[in-house]
Amino acid sequence: MKRLPWSLIVGGTITAILIFAAIVSQFWTPVDPTAINIGNRLKGPGEGGILGSDHFGRDELSMIMAGAWVSLGIAFSAIAVGGLIGTVLGVVAASERGPFEALIMRVNDVLFAFPPVLSAILLAAILGGGPVTTIVAIALFMIPVFARVTRSAALQIWARDYILAARMSGKSSARITLEHVIPNIAAQIIVQIAIQTGLGILTEAGLSFLGLGIAPPTPSWGRMLADAQTYLTIAPHLVFVPGIAICTAVLGLNLLGDGLRDLTDPRRRQST
Amino acid sequence: MRHIAQSLVGLIITLLVVSFVIFLVMEAVPGDPAEIILGMSAAPDTLAALRSQLGLDQPFLVRYSNWLIGLLQGDLGDSYTYSTSVSQLIGERLEVTLPLTGLAALLSVLISVPLGVLAAARPNGLVDMFASLFSQIGIAVPNFWVGLLLILGVALTFGWFPAGGFPGWDAGFWSALNALILPSIALAIPQAAVLTRVTRAAVIEVTNEDFVRTARAKGATPSHALWRHIVPNAMIPIVTMLGMQISVLIAGAVLVENVFTLPGMGTLAYQALAQRDLIVIQNVVLFFAAIVMGINFLVDALYTVLDPRLRVRR
Amino acid sequence: MTSHFRFLLTTAATVSLLAAGNAIAEPRTDLILGMSTEPSGLDPTAAAPVAIGQVVWQNLFEGLVAIDKDGNIEPELAEDWVISDDGLTYTFNLRDSVTFQNGEAFNADTAKYTIDRILADDSVNPQKSLYKTITSVKATDADTLELTLSKPSADLLYWLGFPTAVMIEPTSEATNATNPIGTGPFKFSEWKKGNQVTLVENTNYWGKAPKLDKVTFRFIGDPQAQAAALTSGGIDVVPEFTAPELVSQFEKNNTFSTVIGTSGMEVVAGMNNAKKPFNDVRVRQALMMAIDRQGIVDATNAGFGTPIGSHFSPSDAGYEDLAGVLPYDPTKAKKLLAEAGYPNGFTFTMKMPNRTYAERASEIMQAYFSMIGVTMIIETSEFPAKWVQDVFKDTNYDMTIIGHAEPLDIGIYARKPYYFNYENPDFNKTMVEVANAKSEEERVAGYQQAQKILAEDVPALFIYASPKIGIWKSGLNGMWTNAPVPSNDVTDAFWKE
Repeated sequence: MKRLPWSLIVGGTITAILIFAAIVSQFWTPVDPTAINIGNRLKGPGEGGILGSDHFGRDELSMIMAGAWVSLGIAFSAIAVGGLIGTVLGVVAASERGPFEALIMRVNDVLFAFPPVLSAILLAAILGGGPVTTIVAIALFMIPVFARVTRSAALQIWARDYILAARMSGKSSARITLEHVIPNIAAQIIVQIAIQTGLGILTEAGLSFLGLGIAPPTPSWGRMLADAQTYLTIAPHLVFVPGIAICTAVLGLNLLGDGLRDLTDPRRRQST
Repeated sequence: MRHIAQSLVGLIITLLVVSFVIFLVMEAVPGDPAEIILGMSAAPDTLAALRSQLGLDQPFLVRYSNWLIGLLQGDLGDSYTYSTSVSQLIGERLEVTLPLTGLAALLSVLISVPLGVLAAARPNGLVDMFASLFSQIGIAVPNFWVGLLLILGVALTFGWFPAGGFPGWDAGFWSALNALILPSIALAIPQAAVLTRVTRAAVIEVTNEDFVRTARAKGATPSHALWRHIVPNAMIPIVTMLGMQISVLIAGAVLVENVFTLPGMGTLAYQALAQRDLIVIQNVVLFFAAIVMGINFLVDALYTVLDPRLRVRR
Repeated sequence: MTSHFRFLLTTAATVSLLAAGNAIAEPRTDLILGMSTEPSGLDPTAAAPVAIGQVVWQNLFEGLVAIDKDGNIEPELAEDWVISDDGLTYTFNLRDSVTFQNGEAFNADTAKYTIDRILADDSVNPQKSLYKTITSVKATDADTLELTLSKPSADLLYWLGFPTAVMIEPTSEATNATNPIGTGPFKFSEWKKGNQVTLVENTNYWGKAPKLDKVTFRFIGDPQAQAAALTSGGIDVVPEFTAPELVSQFEKNNTFSTVIGTSGMEVVAGMNNAKKPFNDVRVRQALMMAIDRQGIVDATNAGFGTPIGSHFSPSDAGYEDLAGVLPYDPTKAKKLLAEAGYPNGFTFTMKMPNRTYAERASEIMQAYFSMIGVTMIIETSEFPAKWVQDVFKDTNYDMTIIGHAEPLDIGIYARKPYYFNYENPDFNKTMVEVANAKSEEERVAGYQQAQKILAEDVPALFIYASPKIGIWKSGLNGMWTNAPVPSNDVTDAFWKE
């Protein structure tokens, strides 16, 4: 039995806690995360709840838990949309080659040319802020990423001898893709999902920070930071708490991604 | 060389497509620039007068081709709200964003290359552990949060650097540079984290290649081999990564400029959108897109020139 | 370590201040003023943003009349005027020997040109509708301007004092947005976009020379950065500081003066009066009684700001405190709702502009409404573009919240179309009486009547009048306490060492 990479253990634990907190927040939080309590405003950690309270006297810990649900929900939805489209484009490009591949790669270039935050700002202007806009904006950025990764991984599989054999036996390229290519690149896709979820959380936080994310009163880590900006000197815990939450969540997902990579591709263990 | 020429044509076509997409997006953006300029009390005929003054009453394709023709002549048009030429506006804002992103890129290279190389020189050593800790955390921190922490921990505590704002270059080189130090650190840290990983991996990969063994066998000292043979060869993936990260850097600049209230390109795009100064936004976005694609093209071209194997592979 | 370091810094600062005090006996003659928003141009007659007037009004551009720091109408480029008994003819006696900053003379012809331009078919003046009662403009001689009105308009003089009616010089018309030419005591020097506008003294000024010779308007969006710039000496004054929670650090510090006044901005939560259930006055009253206005002011503005009961600013003549007409009383509110047929409350959507004050107030109001069983769903609406389209033009909304910055604008409740979709013949009649008022007393009485009608009928939830929190270095004098018109008039500002 192989020893599990430490990054997988640490990353997996953090991610599990995160998902657990997010799910629990839907049934129970120490205090209602939207409950306003003016008498309790701007209290430090300990005096107003474990992690303190914000400018409306809302409980930071409860908001962080509810915020985890939002962050993860948006990041996973964006990955589901962007990852699926990108993966389909990538494997089809690899199996069809020729002008179709060129077209897909060109579309990729166009999508890639828009810096993510900028395209999100534009999208928000068209669709209005909110979760859907955020998901679409992040998904748009994920499409070229997944398309690139899956295409190059799929191309490597297509170059293998057993694919040639499958072809000789008269299997269609769609069948080869489904039976041989996708199962063989699945590990790489899973690794990408873990890493890109982390990036998705970062982007969501950035967009909420700019006021383009989910509407209040639903708590969001990025907007908590934006609110904290005004109280920087008076209540610094408002800056630390959501920032550390974002940082830990992304760190956990990245470690999980690294761990999965090490597990599925042991050669990389020495190099990275 | 043919490959380069081909991708140059591809670049121009993509840029054209991008410009059209941008213009389409501008059409889809709700809100009327005239209304924003004239406010809520403006009468309908007043609005119509301003719209025709701004040329907004012309059909879509006419406006699009006017924009393209203007671009070819180097005329980006005039801002609706500022009434000055867009190229002048972009020029003024570049005075902030270029040094900011440049400084951030430089800082990230200065941090990551030595750290990555030293980490690779002794894998699993103390430096390597530190480097891996740094890069794991660095990738996970949002740059705008680093910005807030720097404002709180450095600017407001010690007062060495301003907490925000930009005095302009004619206020003196040092005071202007001072205003960019913290923002560029905030921007550089996540970049440096990514680059440290890439550098380390690239150096380790090159170390295992034959020519390095040959050099070692010929009696090159480890440090000689490292800095003369390994690092130069490992630069290709590092430069590639730096090029690919440029769009992340620009996106980051939008956020960091917001935190530090710097009058850069990001703030310009953000403000212009709020004011529906569409002509400014379309030019700024096209400019960013052109930079991202241009740099990727250069990296690609450099790659082809530096690595002959690629010419065959493509 | 940190506190030790701070102590060193303070000591160093004190020493250098003392040194500076000894070395320079003369008080400073320059001023650096911090503003949150950069103007989008510098021509107040061609664009609406208040930031334009906050830089150029009174400082660079002047009107026939001016509105002073107490909201009174004062002569400016017109020395005096006569209004005919029927209120239809205004004859202005213009000041002679006034020149524009480009050397051109100001006279009745240029004044006529300015007003004709406001009224022209292709005019882009944002407040054109205020002046529409003017039917003809005549320059009877070089110093006399005569305006003829289609119907009496008691507020016309007040409106002629607005930034939108400043006198402009015909040849500079096209370039005023970037290189403004006015008659004021300061002239344009430089505009670094995204950063600052600099004005310098106009040495040919017709009136009393200003005490300052250079004024820099620096634009810093983030209040935290504004506070830091004040403390570090980067700016001398922030006339409208936007972070009330940071005020206490300046109040404690005697190197700064913190002056709390009122601005002309009322924050009101407008409702779509044409739509159920907001067409029922009992529902509107219930919603008004469900919220504790002082609670909102405390939570969103650190207690700065005045709860209001009608659409009138405490800085305007004729203001009446009507916040007690429908006081905070959730029990009564619930009863009213039940009477109106909503014993279990209802659900509606708040289209919330993405402005900090609106966001904060909305979140609190949501909590208050939930206590009487009313569910408010918050939907962010990008301001101004989306909001103007959805709420203001299409009136496709239930409730919204916005600050009305235009001075003396209670008349909007009689305006048609207007986004409240409010229709009250009594109120309309009162506004006509105000326009026809023959005397100042009559005008004020009319406005008081109008305030009372709105306080009972609450076409919008009246929340609070925005404070004007001025923070400046001690030693600076002559800054305005209140802002009846959005402005930063520094013509009387000076330093006392």
